[in-house]
Parts: sequence; structure tokens; C-alpha cells
Amino acid sequence: MYARTWKLNLLPNFFEPVFYLASVGIGVGAYVQQMGGLRYVEFLAPGLVCVAAMNGASFEVTYNVFIRLAFEKTYDAMLTTPIEPDDVLVGEVTWAITRSMIYGGCFYTILVAASLAPLPASLLVVPVLALAGLLFAALGLAFCVRLPAIDFFSYYFTMFLTPLFLFSDVFFPLKERLSPAWLTVAEVLPLLHPVRLARAAFHGGAEPLRVAWDLTYILVLSALLLLYARGRIRRRLTN
Amino acid sequence: MAACGDAAMISPPPPAPKGIIRARGVSKRFGDRMAVDGLDLDVPAGCCFGLLGPNGAGKTTTLRMLYGVTRPTSGRIEVFGLDVATHSRTVRARLGVTLQESVLIEALTPVENLMVFGRYHLMRDAELRPRIDELIDFLQLGSHRDVPVRNLSGGFKRRLAVALSLVARPQLLILDEPTTGLDPAVRLALWTKVRELRDHGTTVLVTTHYMDEAERLCDRVAIMAAGAVLVEGEPRELISRLLARDTVEIEASEQEAAQLLSGYEESTNRMQAGNRAVVHLEDAAALVSHIRGRDSVADRRLIVRPTNLEDVFLHLTGMTLEASA
Repeated sequence: MYARTWKLNLLPNFFEPVFYLASVGIGVGAYVQQMGGLRYVEFLAPGLVCVAAMNGASFEVTYNVFIRLAFEKTYDAMLTTPIEPDDVLVGEVTWAITRSMIYGGCFYTILVAASLAPLPASLLVVPVLALAGLLFAALGLAFCVRLPAIDFFSYYFTMFLTPLFLFSDVFFPLKERLSPAWLTVAEVLPLLHPVRLARAAFHGGAEPLRVAWDLTYILVLSALLLLYARGRIRRRLTN
Repeated sequence: MAACGDAAMISPPPPAPKGIIRARGVSKRFGDRMAVDGLDLDVPAGCCFGLLGPNGAGKTTTLRMLYGVTRPTSGRIEVFGLDVATHSRTVRARLGVTLQESVLIEALTPVENLMVFGRYHLMRDAELRPRIDELIDFLQLGSHRDVPVRNLSGGFKRRLAVALSLVARPQLLILDEPTTGLDPAVRLALWTKVRELRDHGTTVLVTTHYMDEAERLCDRVAIMAAGAVLVEGEPRELISRLLARDTVEIEASEQEAAQLLSGYEESTNRMQAGNRAVVHLEDAAALVSHIRGRDSVADRRLIVRPTNLEDVFLHLTGMTLEASA
């Protein structure tokens, strides 16, 4: 929407899944023969791509947006120009998605180079990255606009994103470990849905109904959260 | 409504200029506090207009409503003849705002900051680059054009903030406390630029609580308190209409002052502030000799000075700026 000239931060969050892949995939993978019918490192790959995308969006719409909102007053300056609060929101979401695609895309390129991503089928993961970006931009923003102080973001990361990371089909197939009742509960986990889509892109086995459900979940939840964030941001910036 | 500045002196007389800003009955409520309460305001075109008042008088809220970011609880605001409630984007495209806190991007240089702001206005490179050079020149930022903002002094930052608000060649420039916290030389330099802009036809609306600056540099002023405009007019005219040209400050208690002034015929306007009587009148010399003639204290301190806007404010509100801040 509006050109952003913020310099790209170095990408520390991008390296996190790379390290996980190296450590867990190669290290633990040596002891785990198979996971979900695949070599362990192959099983990990699609999930970690989504984690990279999640991180990309999350850091942008949490710390960075909060700083612009509360400390740097960047938005107050923007609103003295023809920009409206809605433009700010669209800009931030677009930028978060872009970052998701950069993070996820770099990671994906590494996977391709390491022959962990079958071509061309796994290219379908690219739109999934955008969806993951959208979803976590919406989640992060909805949390961000409620926040009284910046310290509370540590809750978001350790109490929300970390468990998601651990329990969203990334490290082990939920359906092999959880009872049917718990599997139903697990459907609320946001990261599960992009991970499942990415896994289908990498290794096939997509069930149309499940794909439709995953897409619906991502789009509807994102829309609801963004609608909420929009109201809060408007009130915050225009009072 | 008269035009401001020299335009009115040039013949043939211009058609009655339309006000750039016209606000009627504007109020803004925050919770149970009325930040602005029934404000009326007219700012003529080509004018340097000062909005004065203590902190908390509602100046910043008023400005935010004028450029359409804060919505009034009630009332109507027109800028450039457009209703701000429905045309805020168009209105903002034609005005520039310098906020109270500089909101520069610290990591970027002045030129880069100007680029970003130009983008906010959807300006193209071909148009933006020469404009940036022009502004760097105009606000004398050339020596530091490629230094990151975080390394600039306060005066530089404020000039850059003003430059940002000028990127899109606004017809109306809104400055919120532009000189607060700057040293006198920098303040003077900034005001010189503001006057220059006005001379080239930009209407300037500036808030300040430095009444002396406003008196010297604004064509018209409105004094605000408690969310409403108390009086509006040319500074000199306000002073002579509401008080008088001269002011004598007498070091005396209320009773002493009454004694010293008894028998003095000319009408005066008197206030007592602690151990100081302040008298506003047209001819200070006569009063001074009147007092000297009957005073038992030979070395009583008398201060004679021109009446200023701060006196007007005190007269209108019964409070000093410091006390009400």
C-alpha cells in the first residue's frame, strides 16, 4: 500500500527454525527411525516452514507495531497526511505477510537445496506461507491493541506461540498420539492449520474436506480478529 | 472578516477572503471531561494565526479535530470550505501538520525521512526529489542532510519536522508548540521561516503558550481556556480593547495600593497579585508622578511596561499561565 522504507532487521527469528531443523532433525532424527511414515527430518520440514512464517509475522505486529503505536508515534505522524487508520492497518498486515513470506521463503529455499522439499508439488507451500502470515498478523495485532505495556508480549510468545510451536503437528503427528476427543480440541490451535496445508503440499495426501476446513479456519479467524483490531486501532488513533 | 498581513493593503481591495478554517460549536468529550467545549473559530486566509492558552486548554485536541483525526462529539468544522467530517482525506492532502513531539524516524537521515513523508502523500520521485532539495535548502538542513536523525540536535530535528509537514506544498500549515524546548536563537530562526511562509501565501495556525512570541509574530490570536475561545483578534487591538496600552506594576499591598491610587482620575484596570498591584492604563507617566507625589516610601519599586497578552489572559481568566498549567 504505502512503500515502507524501514530497514530490514537482521533476521534472527528466521534462524530459529533453521537451528531446530539442524538440531532436532539431524540429531534426534538419528535416533528416530520414522515419523508419520517419513524420515524424521522430512517430517519436520513442512511444519518448520510454517513456524518461520509465524515468527516473521508475529514479531512485526507485536513489538514493532506496539513501538510505533506507543513510543515512536509513527502513526500519529502518518495520520497528519491523507493516510487513514484503515490504511495503517492494511499496511501493517501486508508488511507482516511480506515478512512471513521472506522468512518462510528463505527457509523453504534451504529445504529445496537440501532436497527436503519435493518439487514442484511443494511450491504450493508459498500461498500457505501468505495465509500463515495473515493469520498470525491478525492474532498478533488483536493481542497488541489490547496490551497495556510492552512487557506483556513475553506472555504472548512463551504462553501462546511456544506451545503452538510444540503441539501443532510440527514435531510429531497429533493423530498418532492423541485420542479422538483431544484431536477435536487440538483443532482450535491456529498453527495446526497452515502446518497441515504445508504438509499436504510437501507430501501429498490432501483430503478436500480437511483442506477446505483449514482454509476456512484461517480466513474466518483472521477476518474476525482483524475486524476487532481495526475497531481498537481506530479508537486509539482517532481520540 | 479581514485578510491578514499585507494583502489587505494592496489595491484593488481583494474580495472578502474566505476563511480557511471555520469551526462552529465544536465540542469534544473524553469520558466525563470536556476537552473542548463549544468552540468557535475563524482563521482567515494568508494569516499567521496563534492559538494561545495554558496546557490543558484544549489546543491540541482542537488541532486534531481541525485536520480530521479526532472526531468532534458535536459541532461542525470546515477547512478550505470542506466539511472535515466527510472530507478528511482531501483536507489533509492540502495541509501540513508539525506535531508537538517530533515523530521523525530516528534511524533514517533527513532526506530519507522526507522521502517517507512524500510517499505518505503519494508523491512521485520526479516531483518529490526537487521538493526535498528545496526544503533542505529552505530550512537550512544541508549540512546534515545525510546524518541519521538520532544524531541531530533539537533545533535541527524541529526544523526537519517542519520540513516534513511542508513536503506536499500545503496551503495551511498547522504547528503545535513548534518552539517549546528550543533555545532563543533557534526559536527566532524558526519564526523567521514561519513568517516567510506566510508572506508567500501559506496560512499558518500555530499553538503556543509563549504569549510574548505570539504577540510579536502572529497577525491574529485566539486565547483559549477550558476548551473554548475567550477572545479573538489582533494582539494590539485585543490589548487596547480589553485592557490598556500601558502597565504599571507597583510593589505594594492591596491597602497601600488603594491609598496610592486614590484621587487618580483616569480610569484604570487593577489587579492584585500577592504583594504587587498591577495597573493597566493609557498613560503610565501620569500615574507614576501621581504616585511619587504622595508616596511615603521613597524607593518603592515601580515597573512601567507595555501591556501584553499575558495580562489580557490574566484579566480574562483571573489566573496566571503557571498557576493554571
